[in-house]
Amino acid sequence: MMQIGPFRSILFKNVEDSARTTTSEAPIFFVDLNLDQVIDAITAGKQEYDLRPFYHTPLHELDAVAYRHEVMRDLEDKALYEMIASFGRKMRDMRERLAQADKLHYKYQKESWFLSAVEVYCDCVSRLAEDLSQADLKSRGFLALRAFVADYVASARFTTLVAETQKLKADLATVRYCILIKGNAVSVRKHAGESDYSADVERTFAKFKQGAARDYTVRLPMWLEMNHVEAQVLDMVARLYPDIFARLDEYCARHHNYLDETIGVFDREVQFYVAYLEYAALFKRAGLNFCYPQVTADDKAVYDDDGYDLALARKLIGEQKPVIRNDFYLQGQERIIVVSGPNQGGKTTFARAFGQLHYLASLGCPVPGREARLYLFDQFFTHFEQAENLQNLHGKLEDDLVRIHEILAQATPHSIIIMNEIFTSTTLQDAISLGKKVMEQISARDLLCVCVTFLDELAALDEKTVSMVSTVAPDDPTVRTFKIVRRPPDGLSYALSIAEKHGLTYRQLREPGGGA
Amino acid sequence: MNAFLMYRDRDFDLKRKLPWNAPALTQDLGLETLFNAMARDDKFLLEVARVAVLSGVNDDLATVLYRQAVLKDCLRHADLVKSMYDLTVETIDSERKIFWGIFGRHPDTILHRAVDVLEMFVGTLTKLRKFADQYADDFASEGFKAFFAMLKRELDDAYFAAIQTHLRELQFRSGILISAELGEGNKGAHYMLCRPEGKKPHWLKLAFGAKPPVYTFYIADRDESGARALSELKERGLNQVANALAQSADHILGFFTMLRTELAFYIGCTNLHEQLRQMGAPVAFPLPAALNERKLSCAELYDVGLALIVGRRVVGNAVAADDRTLAIITGANQGGKSTFLRSIGLAQLMMQCGMFAPAESFSANMCDALLTHYRREEDANMNSGKLDEELGRMRAIVDHLTPNALLLLNESFAATNEREGSEIARQIVSALVERGIKIFFVTHLYTLARGFYDQRRAHAIFLAAERRADGERTFRIIEGEPRQTSYGEDLYARIFAHDADGNGR
Repeated sequence: MMQIGPFRSILFKNVEDSARTTTSEAPIFFVDLNLDQVIDAITAGKQEYDLRPFYHTPLHELDAVAYRHEVMRDLEDKALYEMIASFGRKMRDMRERLAQADKLHYKYQKESWFLSAVEVYCDCVSRLAEDLSQADLKSRGFLALRAFVADYVASARFTTLVAETQKLKADLATVRYCILIKGNAVSVRKHAGESDYSADVERTFAKFKQGAARDYTVRLPMWLEMNHVEAQVLDMVARLYPDIFARLDEYCARHHNYLDETIGVFDREVQFYVAYLEYAALFKRAGLNFCYPQVTADDKAVYDDDGYDLALARKLIGEQKPVIRNDFYLQGQERIIVVSGPNQGGKTTFARAFGQLHYLASLGCPVPGREARLYLFDQFFTHFEQAENLQNLHGKLEDDLVRIHEILAQATPHSIIIMNEIFTSTTLQDAISLGKKVMEQISARDLLCVCVTFLDELAALDEKTVSMVSTVAPDDPTVRTFKIVRRPPDGLSYALSIAEKHGLTYRQLREPGGGA
Repeated sequence: MNAFLMYRDRDFDLKRKLPWNAPALTQDLGLETLFNAMARDDKFLLEVARVAVLSGVNDDLATVLYRQAVLKDCLRHADLVKSMYDLTVETIDSERKIFWGIFGRHPDTILHRAVDVLEMFVGTLTKLRKFADQYADDFASEGFKAFFAMLKRELDDAYFAAIQTHLRELQFRSGILISAELGEGNKGAHYMLCRPEGKKPHWLKLAFGAKPPVYTFYIADRDESGARALSELKERGLNQVANALAQSADHILGFFTMLRTELAFYIGCTNLHEQLRQMGAPVAFPLPAALNERKLSCAELYDVGLALIVGRRVVGNAVAADDRTLAIITGANQGGKSTFLRSIGLAQLMMQCGMFAPAESFSANMCDALLTHYRREEDANMNSGKLDEELGRMRAIVDHLTPNALLLLNESFAATNEREGSEIARQIVSALVERGIKIFFVTHLYTLARGFYDQRRAHAIFLAAERRADGERTFRIIEGEPRQTSYGEDLYARIFAHDADGNGR
């Protein structure tokens, strides 16, 4: 049996981590990897929870990752997920009711909204306790939460709150009154058993009834506020039922601080998982896989089967287009994937997917793919081609070199780096020689790296490099497959097949009528 | 309350789904002519005729007999039925003209309009009741008897009095009394209008000697927002009753609409009857036989569409084809084969919807689908695309076959050569006949016709367009062995007569 400490956080094994490290600012490589889009999509509609800091903060400890994997796996159980989602909805409902109470002016109205917020809270927490007691839990996080919530709902503090709330609600529900409007006079008294006149009318004409009727009920505006006529009526109702309304006043004064702090924190933090699973479900419905990667801190033989770029996949799913998946693996000495091949063939997408996989793994989340082993980095660097920066007075090539120098200065053997089309603003000879130099440095530091390049020469630098190539359809070379496969660069045959399609190969041109 | 003049126990649904092949039937049998004759330029009558005739294949034998009886009453008392129909039309028109008011939809305007409409409806209902009192005994059919009995039973004097009381009380002379409970945010909820108290002791003075507490406040004259709030409160109180009343008005309107719709069918039949009688064309109430029987016998059966177009009585045919499931019709071009085929289909449809048949006598078994496979003339080229199209339509027909379907084939499978066409047709026809499908097949495919003829099957009958020895056509269809030629040479001879003379020299 696992040792379970007192419950502090569903997100952090050590609660100190949370305060220390979370940041609302996105890491600089977010835009390059389209992770900004990914996180936007995940957190959409959940602004009130302020989840971004959690998504902006990678974990650096294997056990911290495991802690989240456990919780996330528990939540993959549909029943538990629905319980937690429902808990979240109710807590949101509660907050909305409090906000409503705050906005309104008439006392009895504010008090009623406050009462209903507490009622929702009581129901929501009791339900959570019951749900958790029946759930099949394995994670340290949820097991500790279960113990905490069980204690809390059994406490006198909570049980009194529940009892008083229910009593007051029930009493208010007994209130029934009549209003007589005649001219400008409005009289209010208790209801004395008068019957429903509309039903009378309906009964009279029932014999003509056939099938469903058109609804003539006018949608009268339902203001949450009261106008002064309603308020006057309510004041008179309060005078008709003085005892109930006096208790309402007293209740509101006494239960001002009803919300438990730990429950409040859990409500926010658990949304990290809910949001992610909701997001992942979108892809699973489209037939794409998510898996729990084996996260390592010492083994750089990373791999992923059937991976994909989340931002692009989401767009394609929206357009009902197929999503191309790609595999990669590194083994033994291999550290650097060099991706070359035709443009628009999915090279950058592949590099982004590689980056996204590692980043999401560092958050303790499942990742795109059927099976994966991923490396827990200390730092993550990207170098993507950027528009020329006119401010710093450097040329583009110089910018490239400055940036790469910075990266290499900061990188440790535990870092990951992704480079996309570097040194495009110089001669081919320069690009090749600079490229080789940079690659040698990366190789020397034993960095994990993906390098997208049009330079075939970089593909076979040393035993650490692996060449992968974007491919075209065998029968029509103008059609990209967006498949990136592990093989030596074959730019030439690609060019030839395009020529063949246009009838411009040697053989074609020499044939009778071929044009030459 | 229901009229139940089309069915013994249910309403006639004008929105009912028509058979899938309704457009093909309409085109192949020339149904528009029939509908127009029934409608006499009335769009509504046209719609009812269309739906009733086309959906007849879904009705059963009992329904046919039920409608025949009602229709006989209608033909006997054409004026009475017409005046009842006119009354429903007027009432429905008047309802449409009652103004909704210019202030948009509010519960009180809805309520007032509903009161106005109901007052007008009560007038019509009273007339209908009187109509029932006066004429019920003159009608013999089960449908009309039940209808009049229903009017007398449901619309008695006490009922009219109850309605009047409501309409008076809904003026709210002694104020509007609303009950409510506390809803979300302690706002009033479940507003419910309570019955006005009239002349009973005022509730202030009720109870056990002690006055129950009552608190009253007044909206000041210049408090405009207060006045608005007050009328909003009233609207909440009136919303349900306005809805109930407006729905009641709609239901009664629905009753009139249904009555109008069902009468409209018989008005259409009466219209057609009158036109046929004027041209001296015979009509007879058909004798329907059960679905699983195979009956067809008739005398002077004519194409009602053709008669309506030419405006006079046309040649009719007698057929005795009881217990036959396959009729193959061959013979002279322009000899009346297609007309005959059409008359079979039309009479079947008219019978199935409860109408009279255009014949001196007509008897046939009911069918549960009427299907037509006609050559589509617009693209009559002989090519494989055409045969492909034809077979595609045949496939659709086979997909929709029911056990007791009647299938009319007109020059089908002629889009290929005679041998292939015959073979395709033979395979299809044999298979369907074995399934019990009743088929009338007009064809030039001699190989096909001869093949079936030589088998001497008891279930088949062979008909041909009559041609006298001198080549003259009578447009009659008589029983006869398939012949090698369709007498196209007659036509050729006629058309090329003068040329031939000239060339002969």
